[in-house]
Amino acid sequence: MAEVSLPSNAFEPVTVERRVQQLTRPSLSYWQDAWLRLKRNRRALASAYIIVALLAFTTLGPLLWRVDPASQDVDQVSQTPWAGRTATVVPPYSPWDTQADARTSDDSAKPLSLAIAAPANTQAVRLVWTADPQASGYLIYRNIMLPGPEHDLGLPLGEVVGSDQTRFEDRLDLDPMRYYYSVVPLDADGMELAPGPPLAVDVTRVITAELAVARGLVPQTRKLADGDAVRLALHPFGTDYLGRDLLARLMYGARVSLFIGIVAPFFFVLIGILYGSIAGFVGGRVDSVLMRFADFVIALPLLLFMILFKIAFGIGPGESGIVPLLVALVVLSWPGTARLVRGQILQIREEAYIAASRLLGAKTRYLILRHMIPNTLGVILVTLTFAVPSAIFTEAFLSFIGMGVAPPTPSWGSMCNDGVKTMLTHPHELIFPALFISITVLAFNLFGDGLRDALDARMRSRE
Amino acid sequence: MFRYTIRRLLQGIITVWFIATATFIAMHSVPGDPLIQNKAATAQIRKNLEIKYGLDKPVTQQYLIYMGNMLKGDFGISFTQQNRSVNDIIVKHFPVSATLGILAIVFAAIGGILWGALTALYRNRLPDVVIMFLVILGISVPSFVFAALGQLALVHLNALAGRTLLPVAGWGTVSHMIVPSLVLGLGTMAFLTRLMRSSMLEIVNADYVRTARAKGLPITRIFLKHELRNAILPVITVLGPAIAGITTGGFVVELVFAIPGLGRYFVQAVQQLDYTVIMGTTVFYGAFLVLMVIIVDLLYGFVDPRVRVE
Repeated sequence: MAEVSLPSNAFEPVTVERRVQQLTRPSLSYWQDAWLRLKRNRRALASAYIIVALLAFTTLGPLLWRVDPASQDVDQVSQTPWAGRTATVVPPYSPWDTQADARTSDDSAKPLSLAIAAPANTQAVRLVWTADPQASGYLIYRNIMLPGPEHDLGLPLGEVVGSDQTRFEDRLDLDPMRYYYSVVPLDADGMELAPGPPLAVDVTRVITAELAVARGLVPQTRKLADGDAVRLALHPFGTDYLGRDLLARLMYGARVSLFIGIVAPFFFVLIGILYGSIAGFVGGRVDSVLMRFADFVIALPLLLFMILFKIAFGIGPGESGIVPLLVALVVLSWPGTARLVRGQILQIREEAYIAASRLLGAKTRYLILRHMIPNTLGVILVTLTFAVPSAIFTEAFLSFIGMGVAPPTPSWGSMCNDGVKTMLTHPHELIFPALFISITVLAFNLFGDGLRDALDARMRSRE
Repeated sequence: MFRYTIRRLLQGIITVWFIATATFIAMHSVPGDPLIQNKAATAQIRKNLEIKYGLDKPVTQQYLIYMGNMLKGDFGISFTQQNRSVNDIIVKHFPVSATLGILAIVFAAIGGILWGALTALYRNRLPDVVIMFLVILGISVPSFVFAALGQLALVHLNALAGRTLLPVAGWGTVSHMIVPSLVLGLGTMAFLTRLMRSSMLEIVNADYVRTARAKGLPITRIFLKHELRNAILPVITVLGPAIAGITTGGFVVELVFAIPGLGRYFVQAVQQLDYTVIMGTTVFYGAFLVLMVIIVDLLYGFVDPRVRVE
């Protein structure tokens, strides 16, 4: 037999390396994983930032921009944000001295040729024209677009009687912009004859020294001379048709819109969870009765009932009408969530892991807390995020048709309603609130999309 | 199917009854009464008016009269418009709203199905990204903003052209209908596009589509006969809510474009507290919407045989 030499350590036990068992990635809980995936979704993340910015806009904004949303700046009514805000100081208004300013009709000029008798400013525009011998009087029109065959003159601004009465003073709501004045002679029967050529007049913004001091635009001590320039109050987003600051109104309007948009879904989702889980847990007859009732409420047309609710509640003087709106929204919107939660609970109840857990001795309380709630929470959270934009939409719609929040409380919807009336001349009054509604709804929609993708357990395996 | 139809109809009738009752209760709990605006009325005139409108009777009896009249199809006479019955207002103005609504829904359905199918075909490529961005925009912008912006765009378009290409407001000719119905259908179209896209993406991976492809069928045939036909089904289910959305959206579009539809009269009645018109149109609209949802549900069972088994 040959000698076999073995190393001295040949009989030591072999150690098993358990490398195969090691996880290559750190173990993540459902929520940690969802959070990671949400953070990776750039659209959802950007939307989340927008939502936070909007909340800051409405809560911190009024602290920084201390303008009362109800105060009116009568010097700057329907002011566009990009318009200049310098005004020239002029002496106080004095009536037109027609005796001293006797401009006789020049025979060489064509009849009805218009001219301004004094520099046109927001105090007054003084028009003179050459007489038309056949006229018994004149109608004066003011337009903001050049009138032509397609653009009618509209309603007359004023009327003068007598062929030789060839001057007119316009002091009606003058804005610093270009106007087109036309004069139309009237025949003996008062019928309109062919209009004269229109005259473009650029109106400059003026203010009296007295007013500038009274409005606090210049310090009391400063002496203002005629012709000095004064800067009017700043309105970064312009003003509305009553001269109220749009930025301040948007900030306060955001409160109403976001309050209703967030609080109403919170409550109706809560009610829906309770209702749906009772129906799902108890089951049987109770379930079928409860769900029949929910089906019935779902069949009611939401907006019609919101309107009915508003009418029934009525709004007393000084009330904003937010609470009735909230109640109506909650009362009518819960069945959707109730259905969803019930379906989820019925589904989860049948899952194998519930049976396994029960087999291991889990109590009902544990099952609810450990399995039911965490597993439905994702779906509920997604419903909540999608409920926010639809609640904002509903509020805006109702406010737009005048059935929402009562004036003077601003809401984005009622601001749009105001804006539509002046849309053609001052579109910014519509565009800003509309933009805010759209951005908010967009942000919540995109965030909801991201949240749904992040919380959907099926998406986990796809990556 | 027959039992299901009967059940749905019964449920619908109960819903309409509830709407009518809720309307009655809502209108009777309004502070003040319909005659309060008539300031000149003496006690005697007031009394006569109360008798005329049956307001002197107990509420339960008023309710019975109201329901009885409604069953007969009589909605009463407007409070603010002289000598005008609510029936007359509905008969005269509902067709206008219906025309607008049908145009809008046709536009929304065709647009939604086409765009949705297109985005699914070009998944994650440029057309998909662009259209889906527009869709998200369409879902996020309220209908009244579309209406107002549409009108604003028309004004500038006409000014630019120097003549009236399309009328800015009003009703009557086809050219009046184009922009309002487009504007009205836009939100629904965006919503349907999104739905159609996800539905198409699911179908593209279905076994029968793979089989069709394996058989060597031409792509157009697969697209039209296998994918599109099946992907449309979920779109039909949401047509009911979509009709409701378009009906209420019509309120503001009619308001903005000055279209003499029922929606505009309803909103005006609400603003002027014209009690009988509010009651009549609410019940009418409620019944209409409930009926539409039932019809769409039944239609769905008809189109998709798989539903009927349940």
